[in-house]
Amino acid sequence: MHESILAFRGFKYLKLSALMVAVTAIVYAVHQPTVGPPNGGTALGYALGTLGLGLIIWLAWFGVRKRRYGLGKMLLEDWLSAHVYLGLGLIVVATLHTGFQFGWNVHTLAYVLMILVIASGAFGVFAYLRYPRLMTENRRGATQRELLTQIAELDVKAREISAGLGDDIHGEVMRAQEKLALGGPARRQLSGRDPNCPATAALKRVGDLSLGLPVTDAEKGRALIALLARKVELVERVRRDLGFKAMMDVWLFVHVPLTFGLLASLTAHVVSVFFYW
Amino acid sequence: MTQLYKVAIVGSGPGGMSAGGRAAQAGISHILLEKTDHLSDTIYKYQKGKLVMATPDILPLRSPMDFKLGIREDILGTWDRQTAELKVNVKFNSEVTKITGKKGAFELTVAGGEKIQAENVVLAIGLQGNLRKLGIPGSDNHPKVQYQLDDPDEYADETIMVVGAGDAAIENAVALAKQNKVIIVNRSAEFARAKQGNLDLITKSIEKGLLECMYSSAPVRLEPAGDRLKHVLKTADGEAEVVCDRIIARLGALAPRSFVEACGIQFPSKDPTALPELSPTYESNVAGLYIIGALAGYPLIKQAMNQGYEVVEFIQGNRVKPADEPLLEEKFKKLLDRYTVDELLVAIQSTIPVFAGLTILQLREVLLGSEVRMPQAGETVFQRNEFTNTFFTVFEGEVAIQVDSEDRDDDVMLGPGSFFGEMGLISGRRRSATVIASKPCVLIETARREMIKLIKSLPKVRETIDRAAVERQIRTYLAPSLSRDDMDSILRSAKLRSFKSNEVLFKEGDPGDGVFLIRTGSCTVSRRIGDKEIVMSYVPAGHYVGEMALVRDMPRSATVKAAIETETVWLDGAGFRLLLDHLPDLRHRIERRIGAIITQTEDMAARPETGNLIQFLVQEGGKEAADMLLIDESLCVRCDNCEKACAETHGGISRLDREAGPTYASIHVPTSCRHCEHPHCMADCPPDALHKTKDGEVYIDEQTCIGCGNCERNCPYGVIHMSYEAPAKPGLLSWLLFGLGYGPGEDKKAVHDSHQGKKLAVKCDMCKDIDGGAACVRSCPTGAAIRVSPEQFFSLTNNVAQ
Ligand SMILES: Cc1cc2nc3c(=O)[nH]c(=O)nc-3n(C[C@H](O)[C@H](O)[C@H](O)COP(=O)(O)OP(=O)(O)OC[C@H]3O[C@@H](n4cnc5c(N)ncnc54)[C@H](O)[C@@H]3O)c2cc1C
Ligand code: HEM
Ligand code: HEM
Ligand code: SF4
Ligand code: SF4
Ligand code: SF4
Repeated sequence: MHESILAFRGFKYLKLSALMVAVTAIVYAVHQPTVGPPNGGTALGYALGTLGLGLIIWLAWFGVRKRRYGLGKMLLEDWLSAHVYLGLGLIVVATLHTGFQFGWNVHTLAYVLMILVIASGAFGVFAYLRYPRLMTENRRGATQRELLTQIAELDVKAREISAGLGDDIHGEVMRAQEKLALGGPARRQLSGRDPNCPATAALKRVGDLSLGLPVTDAEKGRALIALLARKVELVERVRRDLGFKAMMDVWLFVHVPLTFGLLASLTAHVVSVFFYW
Repeated sequence: MTQLYKVAIVGSGPGGMSAGGRAAQAGISHILLEKTDHLSDTIYKYQKGKLVMATPDILPLRSPMDFKLGIREDILGTWDRQTAELKVNVKFNSEVTKITGKKGAFELTVAGGEKIQAENVVLAIGLQGNLRKLGIPGSDNHPKVQYQLDDPDEYADETIMVVGAGDAAIENAVALAKQNKVIIVNRSAEFARAKQGNLDLITKSIEKGLLECMYSSAPVRLEPAGDRLKHVLKTADGEAEVVCDRIIARLGALAPRSFVEACGIQFPSKDPTALPELSPTYESNVAGLYIIGALAGYPLIKQAMNQGYEVVEFIQGNRVKPADEPLLEEKFKKLLDRYTVDELLVAIQSTIPVFAGLTILQLREVLLGSEVRMPQAGETVFQRNEFTNTFFTVFEGEVAIQVDSEDRDDDVMLGPGSFFGEMGLISGRRRSATVIASKPCVLIETARREMIKLIKSLPKVRETIDRAAVERQIRTYLAPSLSRDDMDSILRSAKLRSFKSNEVLFKEGDPGDGVFLIRTGSCTVSRRIGDKEIVMSYVPAGHYVGEMALVRDMPRSATVKAAIETETVWLDGAGFRLLLDHLPDLRHRIERRIGAIITQTEDMAARPETGNLIQFLVQEGGKEAADMLLIDESLCVRCDNCEKACAETHGGISRLDREAGPTYASIHVPTSCRHCEHPHCMADCPPDALHKTKDGEVYIDEQTCIGCGNCERNCPYGVIHMSYEAPAKPGLLSWLLFGLGYGPGEDKKAVHDSHQGKKLAVKCDMCKDIDGGAACVRSCPTGAAIRVSPEQFFSLTNNVAQ
């Protein structure tokens, strides 16, 4: 019943895209330009350029289609499966359009942007296939809000217990609670961990400090350490959760802005070839 | 000095108040007794600022008091003023505890001992009943012991004990736990009375330590402890003391029924929702004792007010026409050239036996909830596989029931007085046959809710329908072409047997003594493999179980358990064997089915996780769903595009909460309507605003919803919520290009703060008005979200568990 975007309807769009690539390649191989080497200026060049441009506009339209909720009868998955395969096929179409003529110019800029958009898209597909499952396993049935409430609960208990265990330990617990940050800079979020995690540090230091507790408080000390250890586990889980989500989101910050850049440079490319060629 | 009033009115809700007003206006000696210190307690208790709806719009208002769509405060203000202006003789703080005597000489006892004499009594006490009290020493009138909770956010940093184990107790406890230390006190060892969603909520909250629970504990007494409270409880390990700041007891309400019965009024059935039988003048079986308003089965304010007026007229001997007469005239317009309304009522009762046992008042109600259909010969009344669940009676003409889709010889003809459509009504599933008018007809099509009311109130109606239904069910599900004689002998052995949720129909290893035809509900089939009970399959209504043991002459090979309240037709072994002997065709069908079951069983035994998944889905709603939204979490990228799609296609409010809801083996059941076969949400909707479409979608009619919140409480899956309208947002392009506004999706904060429009119930309507169907599913970029019916469970589970 559930099908991934790649396997969608028996790889329908993989087949379509392969067909497109094959036809393009054969025509390219057979085609003999009247003057010069194959390039964007030949009849075939124009044809492939137009096909490429059409594909790019259609691929970019996905951003709008995705948000035209309730309109259009096709599943969005249908569109995305096509987007992925035809987007990949575009590499061949556009490359053959250029006839492998690259230089330091706006034309090649457009080409490079396109390759970056496609590469980021490919990473996106990888992320979409890999992280959802990891995320579910990591969550173990809880929602993110529930995890955060559990942490807050542990905090309250830890404060209560540590209040009776002397200023050193209490201060350590309080400071760690204040300093704890989930999320934070993009790089840290993406990594899904924090090497300077205050909760982990506090666990270690409270562990050391509790060695000096009088026997009568030893029981409480152990309870506190158990609480802190549970918190570290939860905090690490939330970080991993944020990390997975960040991996699923981050590439779109390349994919979408570069799409705008690509559209702009392509406009320049097309306008320039018409004016200066 | 005691005075004999012409009429004593008990309860000052819309019904009683209007009666009091009319009596004052007409100059009749009267007294209006009200339990609380204000008029109309039910409406007084509505949420502040609630918009009170005056549905149905077409019903004219007939009362000395005004009432139209408006804010709670304004309406109560108007009523207070008009009650004073009319000089209604109201006596507050007077709870009537006993009514004795007879017409002309009733005696009403008021709490505190005062007695009041009256010739006639009007009972208008509504259905809210009395809140159950803690009733332990020290708890009476204690300011820190309360029985209601309006706003949980009002309390912070207190230790609060919530007593009770029902939905209200759980909801209050969890809401309070956000800012307080909460201890919930449960008399028994588990939370069995709560609905599934709340059960999950409370067990999770306790597990996580968000609140504490004292099981098997009962309050004993309260003692002061400084300005706090010492609460002494009896627990399994002896007495315990807890010092707390506040006690909130949610022990439910005592329905008014026992009081009403104590007044001598009889109910026709034991069902708690049964209504008392009343004459056309609202008089009960006790002469001189009248019942109006919600207690009489009229759940809306306007109806209650009209009846208040009418009942005083009736008591004076004025035969006014009921206010709903114009509505009936409108409905039966096409027949009124031949009948007056009164004649028509009589004609219907004499022609249609199902309606024969009704009082005229009940019949009027039923007809108000009905439509007249006059199909020409050859016209279709309904199609096989439609999800409609109305009930038809034939007043004139004849219809053909096409039991078999091809064979016209098997058609069953039904003439005047007969009924059809009861199968959909009973099973909540698709229509099992197409019905065509074979002659020009006059049919009465009655809404499901009216029929359910009748069936619950009048055992005779139930019997009449059941008798015919059993035969038709046997024909449809088992043996279409059975001879009359064979059918009769089978019917003699057939029995209706009902099972509660989780009750066992039969156990693996039992001797096979009969076959069960499931007519409502559904079952799971399981087997012991190793030391575990593994679910093998799911059997919905319209199928039979238990045939294998009979055909093969061996003990039961599996255990069959009701997944939800289930009703079956039971055929004993001899009866079923007779069927097999006479119908070789059936024997073949069953043999083939058994073959398939054996293969499947082997298959499932090898993959027990599939069984667990079925069990999970069945429990989360599959047992009664026509359709469920399922998300495969191994594909879902948590983009919430599904939620955004729902909000964008439904006025900016999402009817789906993607993240909430349980997950098993990466299949996640988000909070979204299951479109139940017998929707719980429909059970108690005063204006009847919940409906089911032909395709089985359950939806709310925004035009008629009054925002009472009953459906929200009644849905066991917690998928309905109350919401204001969403404020308008800039368009998609402004957001895409210039970043204006919130963007697609529900702006939860804006909606919460909006106070725009009415606060009404919203729920998933399966995008019934949107071309292409479920927007959530169509907008999922990765194909993680799908909607399936229980029949599709198997293909789904096979897929996941490869
Ligand atoms: C939350 C909510 C919202 C609703 N919204 C709407 C709406 O918008 N529009 C609409 O038309 N309907 C609405 N309804 C339904 C409507 O409130 C009821 O149909 C209506 O109040 C019934 O009127 P009644 O006179 O029969 O009884 P009630 O209004 O229930 O009045 C009964 C009165 O009797 C008193 N009483 C009870 N027992 C005794 C006794 N033993 N002695 C003396 N007095 C007694 C009670 O204190 C109360 O004042 C809503 C219901 C609820 C719960
Ligand atoms: C309608 C669409 C297009 C037209 C009319 C067009 C036209 C041309 C022409 C005429 C040339 C030859 C220029 C020259 O030799 O100097 C050319 C070259 C090129 N085009 Fe396009 N093109 C189109 C679309 C595209 C697209 C979609 C891409 C890729 C993103 C692209 C990338 C290039 C590149 C990289 C070259 C080679 C530039 C070079 O020679 O240095 N073009 N194009
Ligand atoms: C030049 C080619 C491409 C362009 C212009 C393009 C453009 C876009 C745009 C505008 C979006 C919408 C993003 C959003 O609004 O959320 C998008 C989404 C996406 N694209 Fe591309 N894309 C291209 C190629 C590809 C390729 C080759 C792949 C994969 C191999 C790919 C994979 C995706 C994915 C997975 C999404 C996310 C879908 C979602 O989460 O809604 N794209 N693309
Ligand atoms: S809203 Fe109604 S139909 Fe939907 S799940 Fe709840 S009870 Fe069932
Ligand atoms: S089916 Fe439509 S109404 Fe229901 S949750 Fe999906 S989008 Fe919302
Ligand atoms: S749209 Fe699909 S992928 Fe996105 S959150 Fe909803 S189910 Fe998950």
